[in-house]
Amino acid sequence: MVDNAWIAAALIAARPQALSALLRYFRNLDAAEEAFQEASLRAVRTWPVKGPPRDTVAWLIFVGRNSGIDAVRKTRRNVALPSEEHLSDLDDAEVDIAERLDGAHYRDDILRLLFVCCHPDLPANQQIALALRVVAGLPLRQIARAFLVSEVAMEQRITRAKARIAANNVPFDPPDEEGRLERLGVVAMMIYLVFNEGYSRGHSDPDAALLCDEAIRLGRLLQHLFPSEPEVMGLVALMLLQHARHRARTDAEGQIVLLEDQDRTLWDGPMLAEGRALVEKALRHQEPGTYQVQAAIAAQHARAKRAEDTDWGAIDRLYQTLEVIQPSPVVTLNRAVAVSKAYGPEAALALIAPLGDRLDSYFHYHGVRGGLLLQLGNTSGAREAFNRAIALAGSPAEAAHIRLHLDRLAAQPALPPASAIN
Amino acid sequence: MLYAVLCYNDENAVATWSKEEDDACMARLGQVEDGMKAKGKMGPVARLLPTTSATTLRKTSGEPLIIDGPFAETKEQFLGFYLADCDSLDEAIAFAKELIKANPSGGGYEIRPVGIFHPSELG
Repeated sequence: MVDNAWIAAALIAARPQALSALLRYFRNLDAAEEAFQEASLRAVRTWPVKGPPRDTVAWLIFVGRNSGIDAVRKTRRNVALPSEEHLSDLDDAEVDIAERLDGAHYRDDILRLLFVCCHPDLPANQQIALALRVVAGLPLRQIARAFLVSEVAMEQRITRAKARIAANNVPFDPPDEEGRLERLGVVAMMIYLVFNEGYSRGHSDPDAALLCDEAIRLGRLLQHLFPSEPEVMGLVALMLLQHARHRARTDAEGQIVLLEDQDRTLWDGPMLAEGRALVEKALRHQEPGTYQVQAAIAAQHARAKRAEDTDWGAIDRLYQTLEVIQPSPVVTLNRAVAVSKAYGPEAALALIAPLGDRLDSYFHYHGVRGGLLLQLGNTSGAREAFNRAIALAGSPAEAAHIRLHLDRLAAQPALPPASAIN
Repeated sequence: MLYAVLCYNDENAVATWSKEEDDACMARLGQVEDGMKAKGKMGPVARLLPTTSATTLRKTSGEPLIIDGPFAETKEQFLGFYLADCDSLDEAIAFAKELIKANPSGGGYEIRPVGIFHPSELG
């Protein structure tokens, strides 16, 4: 890190809180962003000389607010306010703002900023791009690279998203408790979307891993706002437990390595520990939710030192809980994998048999089914299922993984089904 | 005399470091540690996970109150500590100075003499 890297880190850390307060003040996202940008520039000029202010967030809000007023005055050809060298000495003003920040205000401010970015009118990819640009403050270049599009295209996407938000009214009234929880749910889902965008890309791509890091940071931010919400703990835990495995998830050629084949020494120990601690904290509340249960499943995998130590019975029970909270054929399909490990492939095939209609165009359904048929020695059935899966694969890595199964099948003489052997 | 050197910093700022930046910082701090080890003065060292993973117990008249999170909301959080056997406060300060030089971020190190110390059985 260069000498002034601490300033960059402090600015990134202060951004959500300072920007959201400026949004409340200016009631306009572009104006708030410009004011924060201006305050950041002045911080880079002033802080190395005068030392960091006692309260960086309050300083940035104060200077940002005044620079915003400056801008308005300049366009009106009026006299500008005194420069920040004087302003930063006005400790009273800082204290005043800091006091107002400490109240319930700042929670609703940040939640509003996050909520604005995931307006239901915005398509998912615009929500993610906007959150990364506005809340996380990632440079356009980095976001564009992470989404594999040009900077121009990404700039247009973000501009379109902002125009849509401006056309709608940003909700400035503080929400009631019910409205607050509703916003929380929408925001949590957006954060998980950011995470999945990176996770599904595979972690051999460093730009995709960046999305996971940022999602975790946003999740922690949300947890600071709602320290006692078990679902928020669950969300952060889930992301940590999944991301902790990223170095083991793909091999040198970028191929997917299945959980049971992963080199567990490559898992990130502190990240797993944090995830497991959060799951245990969350479950103490006895208000199970989908993030918590998924995190609890990931935690079961995390605690197994070797794949064969996995408690598949416990994982099956957790999936049953998930089936109650959030019934979906995909959940049942995942449960089938646990069932096959705990009770054998026949029980698992029976479980997924009724899902065929609804999951016929789902890659993983055919992949799992092929694997189960293979275990039973039904090679022709397995081959058919794998071929179907390849046709539906969403990424080259997915297709390559299934092709591996097919190649292995082709390399061995066709065996009669297991029932025929018996 | 045994001293605890406690690390305080804004955990949100530390969380913005990339893996490479974090590793580089830990490597530099490790070198300072090694210097003390070579003199036979280094005790246990711990880095704590973020305060979001913390649980706090508060004494009440009945069952203790269990709170999600740290004891107090502060701008800088307690992130980790070193125990070192120093001949004088000056030596402890010199050690903390090395640490603060090795650490690129803001924050600070608090030096506290240790009253009671039970040696570890964890190794």
